[in-house]
Amino acid sequence: MNDRVLEVEDLKVYFPHKSRGVFPRTIGQIKAVDGVSFDVGAAQTLGLVGESGCGKSTTGRAILRLVDPTAGRVVINGTDVAGLSRRAMRPVRQQAQMIFQDPYNALNPRQTVGAILAAPFRIQKVDPPGGVKQAVRELMDRVGLNPEHVNRYPYEFSGGQRQRIGIARAIALRPKLIICDEPVSALDVSIQAQILNLLQDLQSDFGVSYLFIAHDLAVVRQIAQRVAVMYLGHIVEMATREDLFAFPLHPYTHALMSAVPVPDPRVQIERERIVLGGDLPSPLDPPPGCVFHTRCFIAQERCRTEKPELREFAPGHTVACHFPITEPLSGGVIHGPDSGLVEPGDGAPGYFSESITDLGAVGTTRLDSGEPGDGI
Amino acid sequence: MSAFLEVDDLAVSFPTEDGVVKAVAGSSFSVSQGHTLAIVGESGSGKSVTAQAIMGLLNRGYADITGRIVFDGTDLLALDDDEVRRMRGASMAMIFQDPLSSLHPFYRIGDQLAEAVRVHNKVSKSEARARAVDALHRVGIPSPDKRANDYPHQLSGGMRQRVMIAMALINSPSLLIADEPTTALDVTVQAQITELMSELQRETGTTLIIITHDLGVVADMADEVCVMYGGRVVEYAPVRDIYYSPQHPYTQGLLASVPRLATDRVDRLDPIPGNPPSLINLPSGCVFHPRCGQREDVPGDLCRQAEPMLVDAGRDHLVRCYLADQAGAR
Repeated sequence: MNDRVLEVEDLKVYFPHKSRGVFPRTIGQIKAVDGVSFDVGAAQTLGLVGESGCGKSTTGRAILRLVDPTAGRVVINGTDVAGLSRRAMRPVRQQAQMIFQDPYNALNPRQTVGAILAAPFRIQKVDPPGGVKQAVRELMDRVGLNPEHVNRYPYEFSGGQRQRIGIARAIALRPKLIICDEPVSALDVSIQAQILNLLQDLQSDFGVSYLFIAHDLAVVRQIAQRVAVMYLGHIVEMATREDLFAFPLHPYTHALMSAVPVPDPRVQIERERIVLGGDLPSPLDPPPGCVFHTRCFIAQERCRTEKPELREFAPGHTVACHFPITEPLSGGVIHGPDSGLVEPGDGAPGYFSESITDLGAVGTTRLDSGEPGDGI
Repeated sequence: MSAFLEVDDLAVSFPTEDGVVKAVAGSSFSVSQGHTLAIVGESGSGKSVTAQAIMGLLNRGYADITGRIVFDGTDLLALDDDEVRRMRGASMAMIFQDPLSSLHPFYRIGDQLAEAVRVHNKVSKSEARARAVDALHRVGIPSPDKRANDYPHQLSGGMRQRVMIAMALINSPSLLIADEPTTALDVTVQAQITELMSELQRETGTTLIIITHDLGVVADMADEVCVMYGGRVVEYAPVRDIYYSPQHPYTQGLLASVPRLATDRVDRLDPIPGNPPSLINLPSGCVFHPRCGQREDVPGDLCRQAEPMLVDAGRDHLVRCYLADQAGAR
């Protein structure tokens, strides 16, 4: 047997787009996930990063069959789950669990923590050694909750504590795989770090694998050994953490990294900035060719017509781009096309040659300027 | 430079069924004209309530507000509702986190912007409309004369936030408060909006207060930083001092707990233990002491018994901690 806990091959999730009216007809397809492949090894974490609407959450939900995949293969611990019935899916859920973003909505407000945490044992008919009550207390203790609070209701806990309840529920049956959908993005910074550490500890204790879905690159870098970047239903780049953050190849990955503001004023001034223009295109009508070309700052004619396949650029480092960026970009601000931030009449904004003039404008402004309003 | 906005010992509390919520207690800070102040804190730290108090958005019949808020020589808390209303949207304006719920869904954005002009200025409808289109142009909305006829739902999140910024700036306010202006946006769009705000501020010289929990946005935009915890200002300093020599254990803890992109990765983050305090039942003494790793360094049981004052630790650096006091005395 191989040691891959999760294999996803050419996964597609399309939602029908219906016309309005009394008899809605399907008039199109929203390609939320359009041919995504990856795998997750035992006790490993794969980070799935992207902005809203890129299909990262749908991918996670399709794996656990919370939405039904349109096509593709999903193999969880050796079982292909893509075509399983609900009933046949049930034993698989012992091995694959989910942690949700919003701990407020993921817990039944009318059940006590004890009931919430006993549910996995009850539903899966698992009899833990020492009984369910004992198991619940151990779970609470393991995730850093006071076992004496077993009879409290979710509203009596803070956001971070509620996320701990969600985690305790997910690990109750010692699954092989947990899909974490933005598990820390609703939490305050100081609490976020606590939860990330807890997830890491659980991984080293139980050898659980995570598919960690998040929009925050810094969080993903903290927890994932491998990272896949998604854009408009496609994986555009995938690599080990070290490779991806040291040598990003795809222009979108570059843009994403440079857009994250760094909590360090000096670095913030000096670093490379790419301001992408516009918004995510509609997945109802994705651009032809490379899906990213409409916002790409190095797009060429070929990108508009020919779709780049995901190919291995270096061992373990795949990228879907005709012109991957192999040289480090110069510091300064690079504007994507149609950024709307440049006065009309400035010529064609958005390519390297233009960008350098903008350098000081954004980078060095405010930190040193004693005189407000005094343009630099 | 003299303070353009000065908040002095501001306290806001709300009576509720469960007890009095002390949302803000002893908030003091100031902003110089044309500067950007970032108010940083986690949920429940009192940062948004402070902003609402400045903008006169709190219901005075319900909230109990004490202290002084002096804006360009006027004590805002001494004004009556009508006087505040005249200032709001004219000399001071605010941008909210969620642009969709801040724009009226039934009116075209051009009309909403024009209304903001006509409320505060005696101008014709066509003149107001022209100003609205111009404002949309300035915030980088393509073909603004056409877009002015759009309804909010027709715009993307980033575009809506641009409309909000246009509306806030349309009467050239001298003070702009932005409450989590980029939190609801994707990072690439967030970068567009922070750049736009910086650019507009450079052009207009508006004094800016940004309220955020994102230490990255703060590093990007702020001149001075005010860190709030449990309704108090616990540290106030120029931006670099906050990042490179934070004095309050909470600020230090906050900075240590953020995962970072630009520095070497650490195997384990160093979080602040425990949970934020309940505003109804605040801890005695220093509100941070139950979570503080350095309270052993303070002699006796002082941290638990008496609340430290906001003291001057030198170089425009104010800290509410007994340890910082010692540092300042050295």
